[in-house]
Amino acid sequence: METTAEKKYTFKDFSSDQEVRWCPGCDDYVVLRSMQKALPEMGVKKEDVVFISGIGCSSRFPYYMNTYGMHSIHGRAPGIASGVKLANPDLSVWIITGDGDAMAIGGNHFIHVLRRNIDLNIILFNNEIYGLTKGQFSPTSLVGQKTKSSPYGNIQQPFQPGELAIGAQARYFARIGGNNPKDMTQIFVDAERFNGTSLVEVLQNCVIFNDGCFTHVTDKKVKADKQIYLEHGKPMIFGSESDKGLVLNGLKLEVVTIGENGVTEADILVHNAEEKDPTLHQMLVRLEYPLATGVIRRVEDITLEERMTDLAAQVKSNSNFRKTDDLFFSGETYEVE
Amino acid sequence: MITAKTKHQPEVLEEVVIRFVGDSGDGMQLTGTQFSDTSAMFGNDIATFPNYPSEIRAPQGSLYGVSGFQVHIGSVSISTPGDNLDLLVAMNPAGLKTNLHALKPGHTVIVDTDSFTKKNLEKAQYETNPLTDDSLENYRVIEVSMTSLTKESLKGTEGLDNKSITRSKNMFALGMVYWMYDRSKEHTIDFFNKKFKNKPHIIEANTKVLNAGYNYANTLELIPNSYTIAPAKMEAGTYRIIMGNTATAWGFLAAAEKSGLELFLGSYPITPATDILHELVKHKHFGVKAFQAEDEIAGIASSIGASFAGDLAITTTSGPGLALKGEALGLAMMIELPLVVVNVQRGGPSTGLPTKTEQSDLLQAMYGRNGESPVIVIAASTPANCFDFAYEAAKLTLEHMTPVILLTDGYIANGSAPWKVHSVDDMPEIKNNVVNEVKENWHPYDRNEDTLARNWAVPGTPGLEHRVGGLEKDSATGNVSYVPDNHENMTKIRAEKVKRVQNYIPDIKSEFAETGDLLVIGWGGTYGSLYSAVKQMNDEGYKNIGLAHFNYINPLPKNTEELLTKFKNIVVCELNNGQFASILKMNFNGFNFVQFNKIQGLPFGNAELINKFKQFVK
Repeated sequence: METTAEKKYTFKDFSSDQEVRWCPGCDDYVVLRSMQKALPEMGVKKEDVVFISGIGCSSRFPYYMNTYGMHSIHGRAPGIASGVKLANPDLSVWIITGDGDAMAIGGNHFIHVLRRNIDLNIILFNNEIYGLTKGQFSPTSLVGQKTKSSPYGNIQQPFQPGELAIGAQARYFARIGGNNPKDMTQIFVDAERFNGTSLVEVLQNCVIFNDGCFTHVTDKKVKADKQIYLEHGKPMIFGSESDKGLVLNGLKLEVVTIGENGVTEADILVHNAEEKDPTLHQMLVRLEYPLATGVIRRVEDITLEERMTDLAAQVKSNSNFRKTDDLFFSGETYEVE
Repeated sequence: MITAKTKHQPEVLEEVVIRFVGDSGDGMQLTGTQFSDTSAMFGNDIATFPNYPSEIRAPQGSLYGVSGFQVHIGSVSISTPGDNLDLLVAMNPAGLKTNLHALKPGHTVIVDTDSFTKKNLEKAQYETNPLTDDSLENYRVIEVSMTSLTKESLKGTEGLDNKSITRSKNMFALGMVYWMYDRSKEHTIDFFNKKFKNKPHIIEANTKVLNAGYNYANTLELIPNSYTIAPAKMEAGTYRIIMGNTATAWGFLAAAEKSGLELFLGSYPITPATDILHELVKHKHFGVKAFQAEDEIAGIASSIGASFAGDLAITTTSGPGLALKGEALGLAMMIELPLVVVNVQRGGPSTGLPTKTEQSDLLQAMYGRNGESPVIVIAASTPANCFDFAYEAAKLTLEHMTPVILLTDGYIANGSAPWKVHSVDDMPEIKNNVVNEVKENWHPYDRNEDTLARNWAVPGTPGLEHRVGGLEKDSATGNVSYVPDNHENMTKIRAEKVKRVQNYIPDIKSEFAETGDLLVIGWGGTYGSLYSAVKQMNDEGYKNIGLAHFNYINPLPKNTEELLTKFKNIVVCELNNGQFASILKMNFNGFNFVQFNKIQGLPFGNAELINKFKQFVK
């Protein structure tokens, strides 16, 4: 359990002295600033915060945070962060990763870290492209997407990060547009407070190699009509007129208009992020219209470090070994005179 | 009716090598362990080696399903499990077929004749029964209907099914060998009482069979007399029999306690290293955090994370796993964190010979990373000193803030020997480089002037927040730097840091002779073989041959070159194609390093070493 900070911080306390070197206009700046604003709200002590990143544009992130941090190697941040948290469960540990880092080279670690449910927070910068290597398709690039390594169009089927994550037993999954710092900040705070592995997918625009890839859903002009921002306990209503809603039609989600065909607000599904059964959450993450954002899944469960601590306490109370000498001199020893 | 012989005085022997072989299910490991533990408690020096099939449950009676356990005991100092056998106990034809070649001519083989059925002979690919076709005429064969006699001895014992009756025939064999070598049955009976505490009928049955075997040997005319091996002269103290992998695990437990840090192991199962994981997961009472990861890379990655957070972090693996860990090990070297990587070497390359021993990962340990990436490399040389070198690996990594690779191998990892139990109180101090206080102008790469170790600021420490990473960093501030001169400077600092470890490790010494005609050089797990060969020659009067066995490989001991100049010839013996020889050649000009290499997945034999050495000395 993390301890609470007594000192009141501002976002400046979390800004390092390093010059930020992302491309001008990159959504990474939005994520950085949202994080620096979110941290004072979380109530954690600065010295207890650790950012671990892999490799990629987003993985420069720890250098810009005035906390403990490690810019590690490609795809392996989940392993390193797991070690940090298991070594010292009092720390607030964050993984900074991208679509290639998490789902290509680090795919194995990504699914296993979610399965284990260590109290870690993962920020997945999804820009559907490899930026740092200058524009190759990634595991989330769309079929047909033209990139440097797919000049005739990508022919590999993409992952849907949320679908993969929930399939790997993620207890917490949120999605947010890279141009929405206000909600992003609140989601980061919520992710930190969630006890277990939380995964936040940021739809992050790459201005150089994949500019506008999310504009059709994140642009301010279309956002209200194309996105649904889910909140636990609230009806799934969206649209600039707040007149659209989601209902279940058989085994499929369907968009309906309130006031048409006898549909009333009472017919609209109410979002239950805390439902253990992932079926509806999986439908929501796969939905293309409207695109689901907000906290889609938030199911509290025992964490690995809690199990580890309990087990260690149990073994300790049943054991006569206090020091290694007790072990070394126990059992089948014999004396030579 | 068999009548008891008049008890003769047992004949006194200095040493004896015994191998128990049978089917995987015949309990040969248990039989061998009981015999060696009993002998050790009697005061003999011992060395053991198990040999089991890589198939988990190989078909019964098959040649590749043979499981064996070899034990070498002596009233003299014992340094290897031995080459040639004085006694072979073969529970089935397949065991006889695959092991007879190791038995010294004229020596004894005990067989269970009940297992020499047509079916078993066929499975062992015998065209005729070796017990009747004269093929064993060079040996003394003791034929015993062990299965029938076991059944007979258990007649009337309640609560046993046929299977468990047959299964206890290994205790009949053990009873016979106990009589032959004048051993007490007491330790084994104690063992039954503990092991089967809640199954009194099993205790009774095993004890009965053990006694039956013992009494049978006593009355059997074929065994003319018994032998005894007097206690060895060993340093006084408390001892236990320990396997190399257990000793490795315990060395880390001791180092964690001494350093006041918690031990973290991130690991992925791999033969023959997994027993270290098995051992450490037990010790949660000491605060050990053992994490079985999803793969080799996550194993080392979690250890790097734990090290960053202030634990004594280790990861354990074997050859192919070290290859997978290479990139992450480079990161640990680059961010200058303490980390021990244990590589229990096995036959390579690729999947190679997983259950066989080899020393072929030395160059991988030295150079198997991208860029200029030096790490400390040390090697244990006996099952028991795996403890000392695990401890030393932890001490070096914490004091010098750079990763250490500890090399052991399948031979010493699975072998066992007496270990004089070390109290943690008697182990050397372990310092660390942890910083707690905020100083003006502090930087994460500030260094200790003597060791060049950087200081270790652990998350949770207020005021020392900092970032580390795989990118090159400025030598003063630790910030990312692409400045050409800085990179060269940092590369040299990292190399110099490893080099300076020379100031903290012992000189290399030559045993048996300090100067002379031949210097035998070895490293790691071959120590026992080389020691016994050189010792034998020394005993035969060759006083001009010395043995220099290396435990410290990177850096090499400071006086290495000086030692080389003191001998006319140098032969470097390794279980690989000449990897340590190539390191010596690279470091020391003007010497003729003759290589003696063996790459068969097997340890050196005594005779082959002596033949080689005799080419150089008169």
